[in-house]
This record gives sequence, C-alpha cells and structure tokens, in this order.
Amino acid sequence: MSFDQLYDLLDRFVPESIDWMVFTVTALILSLAVINAMVLCTALYTWFERRMLGRFQSRIGPNRWGPFGLLQPIADVIKLLVKEDVIPVVADRAVFTLAPVVLLVPALMVFIVIPFGEQSFLGKLNVGVLFILGVTGVNTLAIIMGGWASRNKYALFGAMRGAAMLISYEVPMALSLIGVIILAGSISLVDIVSSQGIFYILVQPLAFLVFMAAASAEMSRAPFDMIESESELGAGYHTEYSGIKYAIFQLAEFMAPLVTAAVATVVFLGGTKGIDPIPGQVWFLLKAFSVVFVLLWVRATWPRLRVDQIMGFAWKGLFPLSVINFFVVAVELFVLQEPDGTITNQSMMIMTGINWVVMVVSIVLIATVLGQGKLQHKLPPQPSSLANMAASEGD
Amino acid sequence: MAIKTEPITINMGPQHPSTHGVFRLRVTFDGEVVVDVEPVFGYLHRGTEKLAEERTYVQIVTLTDRLDYTASMSNNLAYVRSVEKLGGIEVPERAQYLRVICAELQRIASHFVSIGFMLQELGAFGTPLMYCFRERERILDLFEMLCGARITLSYMRPGGLIQDAPEDFWPALGILMESMPEYIDDLEGLVTSNEIVLARTRDVGIISPELAVNGSVTGPMLRASGVQWDLRKANPYEVYDRLEFDVPIGYQGDTYDRYLVRVQEMRESVRIIEQCIKQIPGGAIQSEAPFFVRPPVGDVYDAIEAPKGELGFYLVSDGGISPYRCKIRAPSFINLTVLRDMLVGWKLADLVVIFGSTDVVLGEVDR
Repeated sequence: MSFDQLYDLLDRFVPESIDWMVFTVTALILSLAVINAMVLCTALYTWFERRMLGRFQSRIGPNRWGPFGLLQPIADVIKLLVKEDVIPVVADRAVFTLAPVVLLVPALMVFIVIPFGEQSFLGKLNVGVLFILGVTGVNTLAIIMGGWASRNKYALFGAMRGAAMLISYEVPMALSLIGVIILAGSISLVDIVSSQGIFYILVQPLAFLVFMAAASAEMSRAPFDMIESESELGAGYHTEYSGIKYAIFQLAEFMAPLVTAAVATVVFLGGTKGIDPIPGQVWFLLKAFSVVFVLLWVRATWPRLRVDQIMGFAWKGLFPLSVINFFVVAVELFVLQEPDGTITNQSMMIMTGINWVVMVVSIVLIATVLGQGKLQHKLPPQPSSLANMAASEGD
Repeated sequence: MAIKTEPITINMGPQHPSTHGVFRLRVTFDGEVVVDVEPVFGYLHRGTEKLAEERTYVQIVTLTDRLDYTASMSNNLAYVRSVEKLGGIEVPERAQYLRVICAELQRIASHFVSIGFMLQELGAFGTPLMYCFRERERILDLFEMLCGARITLSYMRPGGLIQDAPEDFWPALGILMESMPEYIDDLEGLVTSNEIVLARTRDVGIISPELAVNGSVTGPMLRASGVQWDLRKANPYEVYDRLEFDVPIGYQGDTYDRYLVRVQEMRESVRIIEQCIKQIPGGAIQSEAPFFVRPPVGDVYDAIEAPKGELGFYLVSDGGISPYRCKIRAPSFINLTVLRDMLVGWKLADLVVIFGSTDVVLGEVDR
C-alpha cells in the first residue's frame, strides 16, 4: 500500500478542520509499520543465519525454543534487555549512548525508498540511489563514535580500521551503481526497476560483482569483517557495549545484509518483476533472500583478509573494475542508444554479450596481477643440513 | 607538517579469543604493526612438577593428561617411557603396537585442533574448525572405546596399558582409517589453495632453519623450516623402527608451511596406523610390573615426538615410590622462544595467525 492510497483512505473519514493532521498520521502509521516489519524481519533473519551457519558447519544451530528454534531471537532479545547496561567510567557518555542509534537509523532509513511492490513504498524519492549512498555513509560516523567514545584500545583499533575501510569501499560501490544509473537514465529506484527489460545482473555482471563485494565490506562481513574481527580484536568497536545498546548494534548489523539484499534486488535483479500470477512482493522477497543466502554462504566459507590487503583490494581490484564497467557501459550506450535516448531490448542483448566478455577478461587480468597465483614450488623441499637423522640412526 | 604519532601498548590476553587459553602478550603497536612483543606466562600454572613429587609413579599418569590436553595419549606415552627406562620395565610387544596406534591417532586429533584453530584465527567463521572437530570426535570415540575417557585418558601405565582394546575397536579403527584420507582431502579442498589463505599465510612469520635450531624449536614448526628432524626416525622408540613412514618438511618455515607439514603428517600417521593394524601380534598388554614402582636410585631423560614437538620427562629417583624430581620438557613452551622473532614487523592480524600456527596449548606452557 502506498502513501497516497492510505492518505486518501484517512482523508475520507477525517473532518475538514483537522485535515493537516492526516499527512502526519499517515506518515507515522506507515513508518511504524515498516520499522516494525524490518525489525521483525531482522529477528527472523538472525534465526535464519544461525541455522544456515549451523548447516554449513555440520552442526544443528538453535533448535530449542519454538518450532525449529524460531523463537530463539525473542529469547536473545530478552536476555540482552535484562542485562546490566554498563557505561565505562572513562567513556564519553553522550557519544557512547548515541552511537548505536546513529548506526541503526540509517539502516532503517534506506527502506524508505525501496519499492517492495509495484506501489508499495514509503517515499517515491526521485534521487533514490543518491539517498541510499548518502544515508549508508553515515555508519562510518557511528563506528568512529562507538569506538572512540568507549576509550578502549581494541575499540579504537576497530574504529580506525572501520573509518579507512568503509570510506574506501564507498567509492567502488558508488561507481558500480553509476553504470546502472546511466543505463536506466534515472536515479529513482522505481524508474530503475521499470527500465529493466533484462535484469541488470545479466547486462552488467561486473557491476553486480563489484557492488556485492563492496557492499559486504560496507557492512563489514566476511571476508572483510576486520572492524570487529573476533579473533583479533575481541569485538572491535563495540567491545565495551552491553545490554540494550549492544542489542541495537547487533540489530543494525544483522539488518545490513537485508538492506544490501534489498538494494541489490532493486538495482540488479529487477525488483518486483517476475512471472505474473505471483505478486511482485513475493518475487521481491524471493530475490532478496537468495542474495542474503549468497552473502551468508560467503561468510561461512572464507577467511578474513588483512588490513592492507583489504585496502589494496578496494583500490587495486574493485576500483579499476568498476571504472572499466562504467566506461564500457558508457561507450556502449553512446553507440547503441536510439535517437530519443532509449534503449531497445535488442541492444540490451548485445550489451549483455559484450559485458560478459569484458567481465571475464578484466577479472582474469586483475586476478593475475593481484592474485597469489599457483604455488611456484615444483621440486620437493630440500632438507637443511642442520640436522641429519640418518647419521644418528646408526648410534 | 609531520603528524605526531606514538606507539600503543595492548595487553592481548589473558582473556582474548585467540590466545588458546590464558596466554598474555604485551604487544606494542605502531599503528597496526607490531614493534615489540613480551609474552607473560603463568596464568594456568598448577605446579604439576611439584605435585608429581608427592604422588606415586602410577598416579602421575593422570597429571600428565592435563599437560597438553589436546594430546593426552602422547603425554602418557612420554611419561611411562621415562618410568620404564628408569625402572628397567619391559613392555609386551602388543602393548607397544597399541601405544603407537594411540599416539598416532592422538597426533591426528591434535593436528586437527591446531589447524582448525589456526583457520578460526584467520577469520574463517567456524566452518573449518567444525570440520576438524567433527573428525576429531571420531578419534575421541575410539579412545572412549579403549579406556572410557575422551580427553584425559590415562590409558597407559608403566609396563603396558590398563586394558586391551575391545573387540569392536578394530573394525571401528579400520573404518576410520579408510575414510580419514577423504576427510583430509575435504579439509585441504577448503583450505590449501584458497586464495585468501595463501595471501594471509605465505611468506608470513618465517623462521629460518638456523633460528629454529638455535631456539630449540621442535616438532612441525622445526620441520616446516626445512630441518628434517623427527625423534621417531632419529631415535626410534617403541616399534617405530619397524614401520615405514616419511618425515614431511616445509620449504621456508612460513605459516603456510607449518599448516602443510601438519596436514602431511596426518597422512603419514594414517599410514603408520594401517601398518600397525597389520603387524600387531596377540599376547599380553601389561607386563608384571608392581603397582608401586620403586625404580633404583638414578635419573633418566626420555623424550618422544609428541604432536607439538619433543616432549621429554626428566625423572630423578631416590628409590622411593615417588620421583624425587620430575622435570617436563614441554614442546609448546620451548617453541615459544622464537615468538618475538616471528612476530615483530607483522601486523596485528598476522600476529594472531602466526601465534595460532605455533600450536601452543597453555596447559603445557604453564604446567
């Protein structure tokens, strides 16, 4: 249900004199509905993630409370709520308290512009992509706030890594989206969805890969989870947090994959488009969940990169790739577009063909330059002369 | 204008996810780079060596379980061998073969733990660790068949073993040894040529052969540096001289080589156990040693190749029922002598991985 429909509905029952209230009430109802739905989704997602990780790791995962352990998130939240909310004496109280909120709110704000269905969105912003890029950029601030205000050395390490990494990865992420924007000719998410005759994941596979890599860095998940790399920093920037503040951090962190999945679905997977009898909302959910699953799969399999390798990957790997994609799409568009600036499905097909070749070639190229390559050792290792077992065997 | 910077000192541990227990490192960082490391030991000190002076020779076996708790069998073996040498006790051949089987099973289990935790420290979220632990469980099940315990086994006694293996132990062992190469292949498929693992471990934390020898490093860490030294070959004990196996070595002693050497050693262990199953004779598993062993006055040092290196017991007897002095040469502890040389100059993320690749067990370090 869109804002306009609800507005009209309320408007019918409300006397003329307080008409001005209708707008506020509608907005409140819708935003509350979306926020609660997202929080609930995130809670369910934590269950999904833990069960799936269990499967990947040949164990069971939470299965005690409720059917298949579905009520586990509720138990977790209750546990965190009744925990003592410790603020370190040396911490900066105001900033320390504010940080979780600053992290959570942008994650929720992204959902304002996501078109969940044909007409279901909170605000039809005509600068949707820009809004998302801007709003998600705020999480850097939250991590710095949390890490610095804790006055903990581990938290400081996490925050400093976070600042460097998040800012670096925003560049390839934005550049990969630009390829889509020039193809769609609009930065409104609704227009991007409607312009996808062929899904952009097929037309611009390179952009999709760069976006997914950059986005998993943006939400600091494996293999880029160095902000809170557990084995190195304990818990990274939220080492000192406990109780409800920790819960909010976790909520924001678990919401991040959902945000990424939603954006990727809209921009690359055709959003609500699908085969007809099934409504668009269902398609959206299906696509979003497959993206989430891929992210989870990556998290369950890969080790973490080192700090300098992560930065190198952003600037030496993803940045050139996104520039290549951007450049190739721009040239193709210049050649293939119709006189009125639109693109036919046929030209899209041609672009798809070219772009897949470009993707394979450029990735192989970058991988050969940056990668570890094959093991160079062909001969078996030579034993050092410092020890000689054969001689002492005779003793 | 140059920005003023200063080094930052962090206490890593004793409560830290990557310290394998309660190890503490006072690390000085310049940004992310390690400039100085000072290890602090003793948080798990239980006075094992002193306690041993108050117990009979048989009772000390239970103390040795708690040294390297991922490899109790090897600890048992090292200790009872010292006592046997001191007291001149004969061991039946069947018991010797069973001891070798147990020690090699324990080596596989211990290497699984080591590799699993090293990958956990690389940041692989639990998956390789769980794979490793799944296979380790099967080995622990076999130990449970042998003696009823899974971790603190106390299976060996001076003069033999506490009891013979049950009937259903042998088919279970055969099945496990048949499938173990596949499990190791699975693990290697996940890890060995993984791009990120290569990027993180190759050329990282190199120990030169000279440094390794000068630092008394033993075990897989020494062999990863290219020094082919293995007590099972160099000074064959039990029945190792009748078994065929290779001693794998690494190229240059980096973290990746230490991982590879461990994987290859697991394969060799499977080979050894398969030969043992074929060769094992019947007969007694316990010689007629008295319950209160009273070795003659004297002292003895005997060492075995434990999963982590040379594990030796130095026992001094005054003719009584308990040793006058019991000194333990713990491989994990002595392998840490090169810690500073390995860590300085690398980053925080490398620090935990290099430390993980040394495969320390704090029960053994602090004793």
